[in-house]
Amino acid sequence: MYHLLRTIRLAIKSLLLHKLRSGLTMLGIVFGVFSVIAMLAIGEGASKQAQEQVLMLGANNIIVRSIKPPEDSGTGGSANVRVLRYGLTRADFNILKGTVPKLSGIVPVREVILNVRNRDHEMNPRVVGCTPEYQEMNHLDIAQGRFFTDQDIRNLSNVIVIASETAEMLFPLESPLNKSVQIKNRAYRVIGVTKERTASAAIGGSLSGQNYNKDLYMPLDTFQSRINTKDTIIKMASGSFSAVSVVYDQITLKIDHPKIVVEPDVIIAIAEMVRETMDTNHAVKRDVDVIVPLELLKQAEQLRNIFNVVLGSIAGISLLVGGIGIMNIMLATVTERTREIGVRRALGARRIDITQQFLIETIVLSGTGGLVGLILGCATPYAFGGIKGIVKYYILDSSGDKSEMANMFLTMTPQVAIWSLPVAFGFSVMIGLVFGVYPARAAARLDPIEALRHE
Amino acid sequence: MELTAKLVNLQKHYDLGTIVVKALRGVSLDIPEGDFLAIMGSSGSGKSTMLNLLGGLDRPTSGEYYLRGQNVATLSDDEISAIRNTLIGFIFQSFNLVAQYSVLENIAVPLLYRPGYPPISSADEDRCNELAKMVGLGDRTDHKPYQLSGGQQQRVAIARALMNDPAIIMADEPTGNLDSKTGEEILGMLKSLNEQGRTIIMVTHEVEVAEQAKSHIYMKDGLIAGHGIFRG
Repeated sequence: MYHLLRTIRLAIKSLLLHKLRSGLTMLGIVFGVFSVIAMLAIGEGASKQAQEQVLMLGANNIIVRSIKPPEDSGTGGSANVRVLRYGLTRADFNILKGTVPKLSGIVPVREVILNVRNRDHEMNPRVVGCTPEYQEMNHLDIAQGRFFTDQDIRNLSNVIVIASETAEMLFPLESPLNKSVQIKNRAYRVIGVTKERTASAAIGGSLSGQNYNKDLYMPLDTFQSRINTKDTIIKMASGSFSAVSVVYDQITLKIDHPKIVVEPDVIIAIAEMVRETMDTNHAVKRDVDVIVPLELLKQAEQLRNIFNVVLGSIAGISLLVGGIGIMNIMLATVTERTREIGVRRALGARRIDITQQFLIETIVLSGTGGLVGLILGCATPYAFGGIKGIVKYYILDSSGDKSEMANMFLTMTPQVAIWSLPVAFGFSVMIGLVFGVYPARAAARLDPIEALRHE
Repeated sequence: MELTAKLVNLQKHYDLGTIVVKALRGVSLDIPEGDFLAIMGSSGSGKSTMLNLLGGLDRPTSGEYYLRGQNVATLSDDEISAIRNTLIGFIFQSFNLVAQYSVLENIAVPLLYRPGYPPISSADEDRCNELAKMVGLGDRTDHKPYQLSGGQQQRVAIARALMNDPAIIMADEPTGNLDSKTGEEILGMLKSLNEQGRTIIMVTHEVEVAEQAKSHIYMKDGLIAGHGIFRG
């Protein structure tokens, strides 16, 4: 042990003799380890985000959504007023409410993009008709005022709650509370504003991303009677009318099953039942989809694994290249220090001593590189914050809005995976060991006399 | 008198592929304990080869070499390394200090390879300092080799050779790279080491240097041409 420490100390001394060279040699490993950690951090961040989002949806929930069936070109044809009727119906709602076991809550939602104005301020937010449970389900916090209650539902109150960005756009200079907002020729009183909530990114293709900050919430019954009148919304776009008839866009079923971690199969089984029911009721149009966050969680897990393997191996290759660089320099060093090797042999060093000396020098080199890479890697999330700041201001698409890519980038939050630190560091040391063996053995094999004579 | 080294018909051939160079062609020699032997000869006479064999840096092609009664040819590489470390001290023409080490660290190099790797004790450290003082570099222990003159570097090499208190010192043209005054100083040191009872074997081609030794051999074409000093 003592001998090893001494050898390490002397190795550092030898490496410090050529600071620039040692530094440059180390760089390969530094970047290798850094990229391994950074890549895995990005992967980890993405999967954490996906997981969080799925948990936001509620692991105990089963989400039943209406999906717009593909336009079949055969029917309708030239008719310019045609009602597109699809999705969940009141019958579905009643069946689900009556048949799903262990049901602790059922939250129907209807949403539509509508033009909304406050005098000359106008915007097109997503108008969401929902029940008070929606607030808790979507983790919406109230910044001012209150969310609507069951009372508001029963009274068909003309009240709305608006999200932070909506509030900013409609009421840039004043408090929106108790002010009125005009939607489709009717006025609604603002009773609350929600706090800003980070937008959710899309998860594995099953669920698109959502920006909760441009929403406008309204009691479901108010929405159904005033806006979704007779379940139909007629919109005029470029001269032609389109009518869509949907009762609910989404019904969220809350299952009372606290032992979710131990027995996830119960939720899956109930979800299967719901799926079957929906499939029989919507056998022709297939306009209903059942989403189980628990299943998404598993998908996210799989996605993460693929991500980690791909990113990890790319970074691993750079580590390998760094190792080859080290071997190259160490071979040159052995040649350069041939005479020193000869002297050490003359003074009594055995072959194993020489092997050890150069091997440890290589390992110290790669290990130090690994350590620096580790520190850089750990700084990735912070560096990302800075890069995001730049992206936010400079990468805009032609319409002056943030481009798709920038948005994707902005939602990325790398998170250093703790397990990747020892793995990456261990890998760097291993690289030193593997690529150090050849130069070290080459050094030890030198004939002492030849080595001493070397110029 | 007890023999430090005994050479019996020692031969050394270098196989260069197309030709075989016979560097030593049957040398027999007895070196008594406490001798100060100067090996002389022109370049290519085999004197360096002989010193390498004597120092255990090389193995003879044939013949026998007994170092303190032990046949070196039968020893393993590790055993010979241990002998070099404990029994022999080397001094080279071009000093051969380790460039990245300080004076003190250079003196301590033989400590790194002691058989069994005993930890460096404070007594060892004291000895390093003592040796540095002895060769007159007590105030320059932190200097690096490039900060020293040739003579100073050679003194460090002598201190290093003495570190493990060897019985034999092999010196290969120790004054070859030094001016005559410094050379004399170095020779003086070797002489006093010899007076302390150490056997010294020195290769040189300078008559003035060889004159300081007790006994002399003259090499020619891989053979001992004669004992004594042969002038020009």
